[in-house]
Amino acid sequence: MSTTKMNSLQAVNSALHQALGEDEKVIVLGEDVGDREGGGVTGATKGLSDKYGDLRVRSTPISEQAIIGAGIGAAMAGYKPVAEIMLMNFTTVAMDMIFNHAAKLRFMSGGQTSVPLTIRTLTGAGWQTAGQHADHLEGWFAHAAGMKVVCPSNPADYKGLLLSCIQDPDPCLFIESAGSLFVPMDVPDDQGPIPLGKANVAIQGKDVTIVTWSAQTVRAKAAIAELDKLGISAELVDLRTVSPWDRDTVLASAEKTGRVLVAHEAVRDFGPGAEISATIQEELFGKLKKPVRRLGAPKCPVPFAKVLEDAFIVQPDAMVAAVVDLMS
Amino acid sequence: MNTANNAPQPDPEALVDIYRRMLRIERNDDAILTTIRKGRLRMPYYSARGQEVIAATVSHLLRKEDQICTIYRGIQDMVAKDMPLKPLWAEIAGGVDGTCKGKGGPMHLTHPETGVMVTTGVVGSSMPIANGLAWASLLDGSDRVVVAYFGDGASNIGAFHESLNLASVWKLPVLFVCSNNGYAEHTSFSNGTSVDQISKRAIGYGMPGYTVDGNDPWDMYAHAATAVERARAGEGPTLLECMTFRFHGHVFGDDSKYMAPGELDAAKARDPLPIFRQRLLDEGHASEDQLDQMREEIEAEVAEAREFGLASAPPSVEELRRDVFAGEMAA
Repeated sequence: MSTTKMNSLQAVNSALHQALGEDEKVIVLGEDVGDREGGGVTGATKGLSDKYGDLRVRSTPISEQAIIGAGIGAAMAGYKPVAEIMLMNFTTVAMDMIFNHAAKLRFMSGGQTSVPLTIRTLTGAGWQTAGQHADHLEGWFAHAAGMKVVCPSNPADYKGLLLSCIQDPDPCLFIESAGSLFVPMDVPDDQGPIPLGKANVAIQGKDVTIVTWSAQTVRAKAAIAELDKLGISAELVDLRTVSPWDRDTVLASAEKTGRVLVAHEAVRDFGPGAEISATIQEELFGKLKKPVRRLGAPKCPVPFAKVLEDAFIVQPDAMVAAVVDLMS
Repeated sequence: MNTANNAPQPDPEALVDIYRRMLRIERNDDAILTTIRKGRLRMPYYSARGQEVIAATVSHLLRKEDQICTIYRGIQDMVAKDMPLKPLWAEIAGGVDGTCKGKGGPMHLTHPETGVMVTTGVVGSSMPIANGLAWASLLDGSDRVVVAYFGDGASNIGAFHESLNLASVWKLPVLFVCSNNGYAEHTSFSNGTSVDQISKRAIGYGMPGYTVDGNDPWDMYAHAATAVERARAGEGPTLLECMTFRFHGHVFGDDSKYMAPGELDAAKARDPLPIFRQRLLDEGHASEDQLDQMREEIEAEVAEAREFGLASAPPSVEELRRDVFAGEMAA
């Protein structure tokens, strides 16, 4: 099987080339996405407008409501738009379009219209971009009926999950997480769609289950390497899709190990980890060896100073400590 | 008001069709108000009584495949676009035979078959989506046009400004049709808007903008026809500010106390429907008999639709799990 070494942004670019090439209904819009503007601030859309034309791949003004609105309208008319909102905090500017319209129009029209829109957006702490450029807001969108929220952690998943989002009949938010962008891996050249709503048991283990997604999966892998040295066998469940999330896989792993840590980069309080923990404890009460542990960011804006930003992020050593505590 | 000498003018057939659409809007509105008052219908209602000329004229100029995005005060736009009245009534009554199976209600009626793509309850939100439908028209290589209806209040929300800018930059086939009825909820136009005419804002977005007498079918026709032709020809969007008045305040039950004394009565004295009817008769475009018969036919259609709608069964609670996604959610 031939493979190509790539990082996650190159995987996104590869998925978009493939999707535009295979399906003329796929279209792309967003700030700076055209090649005249450099093919996206991260290069994720490089080469698309040159190859597929300015009508299908359109740079937009800095107008997030207009971007998502145009995506919704085109989606309702039968297209499969991939709208880029440069950074996740800027989705807040378009929240009416996303939450009140994209997510709800299928239901509110009684199924007469649908919005097969993919919204790609980048976020994550670690680049010292501070409080308005780095929030992990997947919990906001996971709370919305009608949205799928997809959180890949490695290049193959970026490609496979993005291909699935584009072909999905409903609106998908595809979150590109800073801490997971530049860990290269060999991606199969024929990498196809990876189903939404299915978790990946990335590492098998027997003592404890770690449930996570996005860049936190990268940190979890580092934590698991340390735990291995301590003789603790941890199972890593990479959720891949936060909404709808794969209850079956999570519950099966939790039942097997009896100990669960849910860790995410988003703020801990009211975060997705609370939903997942509560479900595990509702379903497996009596079978768990310890209460489910949650780790997430403190409830403060993402800070600038490096020492603060490092402390804000749930680092591998915090995950190791939590697991050691679960094992005691 | 700004009609050019060579502006398109409606022929007698067009005038009668516009009148018919107005009458259908008004008779339907009257039936909704009456049915609410009788307690047979429970719904928030934003009547557009007094504003009939705008949608009637615009829709006369549209084709079936042309699309509209409208707002919570939008039933006139749907009726004018030939949405069938039976599923309309079933929807506002919350019945399973409604356009949206009773899941959208009066603020969210949708009927793609007649081009009613979105009805939004959020001020301004018809416009960004209309742009996307118009982009799809360009991608299709079609000359389909899209109308975004909204009120004067919506010209002060960000979505208006983002949408007009994008539509102009992308030369989208959109008509931005603003019904300026003098009030944004309870706030008067001059208390909430920085310019004396919303059409002036079009200058800032590089598109033609006209302030039109929205109660005058001739003026409406001249400007809307020009805008539709421009959109079909690929020349881009137009902003039409249509001056009018709403006779029943913001929402059913509104006491209109925020209006100046005499303002509402003065507006009612300019009720476009009887004035237009008289002019059709005076100019010989229609006879009394013809218009009476038209009225009878419309009233029969509305009455039948009303009874159909009120008799429609409520949707099954299973519907809570349907249409959230393409696949039904597990129980």
